[in-house]
Amino acid sequence: MNAHYELPLEDAGYSFGFLDEYAKKEVRRCILKAISIPGYQTPYASREMPMGRGFGTGGLQLTLSLVGSNDTLKVIDQGSDDSVNAVNLRQFVQMTCPGVDVTEKTEEATLIQSRHRIPEKPLTEAQILVLQVPYPDALVVVEASEARRKTMHGEADYSRLLVKLYEDIVKFDEITISHRYPTRIHGHYIIDPSPIPRWDVPKLHQSKALILLGAGREKKIYAVPPYTHAEPLAFEDVVFSVEDFRDASGNRRICSRCGASDSFLDEFSDEAGEKIYQCSDSAYCDERLARQKTSDQKTNTEVAA
Amino acid sequence: MSYVAIKGGKAAIDGAASATEYLRSKGSLDEPLTLAMIEEQLRLLTSRVVSEGGLYHPRLAALALKQFQGDTLEAAFALRAYRSTKPRLLESPVQDTANMRCIRRISSAFKEVPGGQYLGATYDYALRLLQLDLANEDPAAFKAVAKSFLRDTAEGELPDNFPKVIDSLRAEGLLPPVTPSRAAAFDITRDPLVFPVPRSAALATMARAETGGLLAMAYSNMRGYGDVHPTVAELRVGYLPVMLPHPVTGELMEAGEVLVTECEVVAMYEGANGDEMPTFTLGYGACFGHNEVKAISMAILDRALQKGMRDGPGNPSEDPEFVLLHVDGVDSMGFASHYKMPHYVTFQSDMDRLRTTQQKMQQKESEATT
Repeated sequence: MNAHYELPLEDAGYSFGFLDEYAKKEVRRCILKAISIPGYQTPYASREMPMGRGFGTGGLQLTLSLVGSNDTLKVIDQGSDDSVNAVNLRQFVQMTCPGVDVTEKTEEATLIQSRHRIPEKPLTEAQILVLQVPYPDALVVVEASEARRKTMHGEADYSRLLVKLYEDIVKFDEITISHRYPTRIHGHYIIDPSPIPRWDVPKLHQSKALILLGAGREKKIYAVPPYTHAEPLAFEDVVFSVEDFRDASGNRRICSRCGASDSFLDEFSDEAGEKIYQCSDSAYCDERLARQKTSDQKTNTEVAA
Repeated sequence: MSYVAIKGGKAAIDGAASATEYLRSKGSLDEPLTLAMIEEQLRLLTSRVVSEGGLYHPRLAALALKQFQGDTLEAAFALRAYRSTKPRLLESPVQDTANMRCIRRISSAFKEVPGGQYLGATYDYALRLLQLDLANEDPAAFKAVAKSFLRDTAEGELPDNFPKVIDSLRAEGLLPPVTPSRAAAFDITRDPLVFPVPRSAALATMARAETGGLLAMAYSNMRGYGDVHPTVAELRVGYLPVMLPHPVTGELMEAGEVLVTECEVVAMYEGANGDEMPTFTLGYGACFGHNEVKAISMAILDRALQKGMRDGPGNPSEDPEFVLLHVDGVDSMGFASHYKMPHYVTFQSDMDRLRTTQQKMQQKESEATT
């Protein structure tokens, strides 16, 4: 064995979209099936990606199978375009998909890959939203066996999930599910809408954009097609509620940066230990700030004139 | 206000990459590790990575080990990701392990077996005393080790291949005859596991499973959460010629050879159906590289899973879903690592629920006291 061995890596220039064409074709076929059966978890082979399982490999396989050189891509994590994982995924797509434009502006994107958030700005028919999914099955909280869960889904047997909600109310006087809120799609399958906050769940309902959900590790793809019913599971007398951003005196908290009172807020403490609230959707916040600046400038010029 | 939520992502990632590379090269040595050093002298480490990576390329495995500074999970992961970029060119026919060029072959079922027992290279009976003279090994003495071994070993001392121990058990009727399966082997790289899965899917999943994960599951069965009570009919390690059809003639030809560990365990007989003769039962394990603990664990779990598939699982190691969905190193390490990513949106949601619940409780308490 020679000490200096040449590795057969001259062809390490990867093909467009990293995955081989057969893999991308398979993913696209599964997407079609997922759209045809709204909310149904379509199994697929799921390739290993060069980033960790759990870091968005399911979403990434969807993105790479769909993206073409005429697309404009936006990648967000926790609502932010600049969070480490979003940067990492975006760089990888740029590296393996030459010609694809990237943007931070929600309205410019044709394809949006996101972890844990749906943008605040309403999406359009021309857009596809790809959500990264760690747990594809809403029934996993009540049934560990995948084989049994499959039967329950087929029969639309969600009684144990309803019992779980009921037990919550008995114990805590509240439904305690904070995110990954079970949502019934098109009157049959209940999905785990990925770990989006409850704030984002109503955005699934009659969405103009196609919403695709990809679980790489669990090897499932499912979809909320455009203009499809999406109803969070609740009771007639205990209704679904989103996160409450009111302060102690009942006033809606606002973003400390742009002043928005209609966005999902991140809460954190500054050096002095003071609570700070800021838009989780960084593009939404930036746009509001920019608009304020231009209107300030306008007022200034008017005053100067 | 100075805090901006997780900004500067790109700079942080680039910084992390250079810090990792710094740690790789900061030591007292000027010389980087060569791939040959890793592949040859850390051969069991390389074996583990080719096996868990599911790609037989020891040199790339050595590269991955170098790049990821000895982390077997990461190295196997890199091999898998590399594999994702390659199309599947063909499906190999069934390979006959009786043709294996063995470097080691033992049976614990019999004192002597046809072809003989060959202990070969193993630490099984080595005293685990630190060999302090390896600390400062003299290169000349190091070279001499291999030379003197070859000088003292007569050529042709080892037969080219050995008969399989289980074949003689079969001939005696102690094991059930082989029923050739018409179904094509399940390819776990092209099809997801949808339960129930055929045995070939279980075997393929375990063949590239993470060694420690597989061992823990198998050990639970050996210790008492199960009752396989295996006897190792045969464990062999060696180079298996890979026979592939010639692209033009279709005739089988040797395309190369792969280092493989194979283990067959025999377990106690079970009640047969109807008037069939009862026989021993078999568990099978095989994987790339020299990984004996893995092959034995796999054979025991194969036996346990076959029992679970037939009678319903009586314990975790007999449950195909439980075993097969939890032994993959790339999946499990990825998910464990992902908890390090920001989760502040979902945590905000969690706090919202807890605060609301606490408020309601406080209200109730104050109503009760007034």
